[in-house]
Amino acid sequence: MTGPQEAAARPSGEPLIELRRVNKHYGALHVLQDIDLTVGRGEVVVVIGPSGSGKSTLCRAINRLEAVESGDILIEGQPLPAEGKGLAKLRAEVGMVFQSFNLFAHRTVLQNVTLAQVKVRKRGKAEAEAKGRALLERVGLASQADKYPAQLSGGQQQRVAIARALAMDPKALLFDEPTSALDPEMINEVLEVMRSLAAEGMTMVVVTHEMGFARSAANRVVFMADGRIVEDRVPEEFFADPRSERARDFLSKILKH
Amino acid sequence: MNVLTDNWSTYWHGFLGTLWLTLVSAALALVLGVVIAGFRVSPVKPLRAFGTGWVTVLRNTPLTLLFFIVVLGLPRFSITLPFFTFAVLALGCYTSAFVCEALRSGVNTVPAGQGEAARSLGMTFGQTLSLVVMPQAYRAVIAPLGSVMIALAKNTAIAGSFSVVELLGTYRTINELGYSIIWTFVWIAVGYLILTLAISALFNVLERRVAVSR
Ligand SMILES: Nc1ncnc2c1ncn2[C@@H]1O[C@H](COP(=O)(O)OP(=O)(O)OP(=O)(O)O)[C@@H](O)[C@H]1O
Ligand SMILES: [Mg+2]
Repeated sequence: MTGPQEAAARPSGEPLIELRRVNKHYGALHVLQDIDLTVGRGEVVVVIGPSGSGKSTLCRAINRLEAVESGDILIEGQPLPAEGKGLAKLRAEVGMVFQSFNLFAHRTVLQNVTLAQVKVRKRGKAEAEAKGRALLERVGLASQADKYPAQLSGGQQQRVAIARALAMDPKALLFDEPTSALDPEMINEVLEVMRSLAAEGMTMVVVTHEMGFARSAANRVVFMADGRIVEDRVPEEFFADPRSERARDFLSKILKH
Repeated sequence: MNVLTDNWSTYWHGFLGTLWLTLVSAALALVLGVVIAGFRVSPVKPLRAFGTGWVTVLRNTPLTLLFFIVVLGLPRFSITLPFFTFAVLALGCYTSAFVCEALRSGVNTVPAGQGEAARSLGMTFGQTLSLVVMPQAYRAVIAPLGSVMIALAKNTAIAGSFSVVELLGTYRTINELGYSIIWTFVWIAVGYLILTLAISALFNVLERRVAVSR
């Protein structure tokens, strides 16, 4: 397992994801307030914060599942296109893993990990299947290839979802509470896969309540409250000595149970 | 009882007229309905607005009025077409609004996360709709679409008042010959029943197909 020092020491060269003064409202609610965030290549950034603080919105703004009102979002220095083919192309470079898995219910596990390879990456069927099977093997689900998502446990579905995202060879992965819908005994099998990705140098933005994962795999912890980034620090410092009252309060609640 | 046998050819032509009108209008309604439904769920605002306008206008206009508009209105712009074509236009456009809404309500039964997952993998709007959302909406769409098609088959009767040969209109010819009006209409009703039951049967088969393929 990758220790915190090891992870923090990893080179996080040029910026891969940049958000500059990003703002968004839902009606009167200012969900994202002047968000500035840079994620370097190979960096693992864990986003934590109380419910409703805007973590999901931030995560979804990065691949524009949610549109923002002002500010810039750049991937490898390129601004996110507003709509259409350009946006679709960019999304293929930034994978996303959802709390509710969202596997394609009408497709088998193998089809789930090959569909976009064929339709978006234009790979041949054989190539896509070989890659799909290799990724299923990697997440420990090679034997489930022909089942439908509904026949799998939550933990297995989430691992397929990760394999599906990896099949696109993304430059970065976004995780929005990937273990929150799982029974406790399944959480670790998913975190294990995520840890190994982090160790291999995948760029990741992870919204999670798993503080163990934040400590062991993150290079930085971003603490959000009321639509703002309140703290953005390396995990050891953040957990040992949170600067803000909000963060202290949040940590005391979350670490108690 | 000899109403049917004596007037077989009149009935038969009327029945064929209704059948043909139903088939051609259904084809137009399905094509338009799919396109307009695509508009209504698309991320492009003007397309959405157009789709909403199309459905609102057509769904809320009496079909007879629509026939008048097409048959009397289009010639004003020097568009003269056979009555049959006018009838297909009126029926097809009118029914497309209902097809669109059946499709859209089907799309709404598919969880939003399915479309989001597809988009997050880089699929375009068209791919998301055709590869992920529509196949899952299909099941919820079949039964309401069957009802829409049955309504269409019955609505073709209006075309008879606009010089198109169809089943209901045959009563005029037969009545002039002095046959019992009751029996004339009984056989006409049987004709519609054959058509609508055939449509029901077709959609039942489709429904069962979807059920077995998962
Ligand atoms: N589509 C929407 N329309 C209106 N308000 C929304 C919408 N989505 C989210 N919100 C609101 O925006 C705020 C931030 O939501 P968001 O989902 O980003 O929070 P979060 O930090 O992910 O919370 P949680 O930990 O509960 O997932 C919340 O108050 C939420 O109610
Ligand atoms: Mg959330």
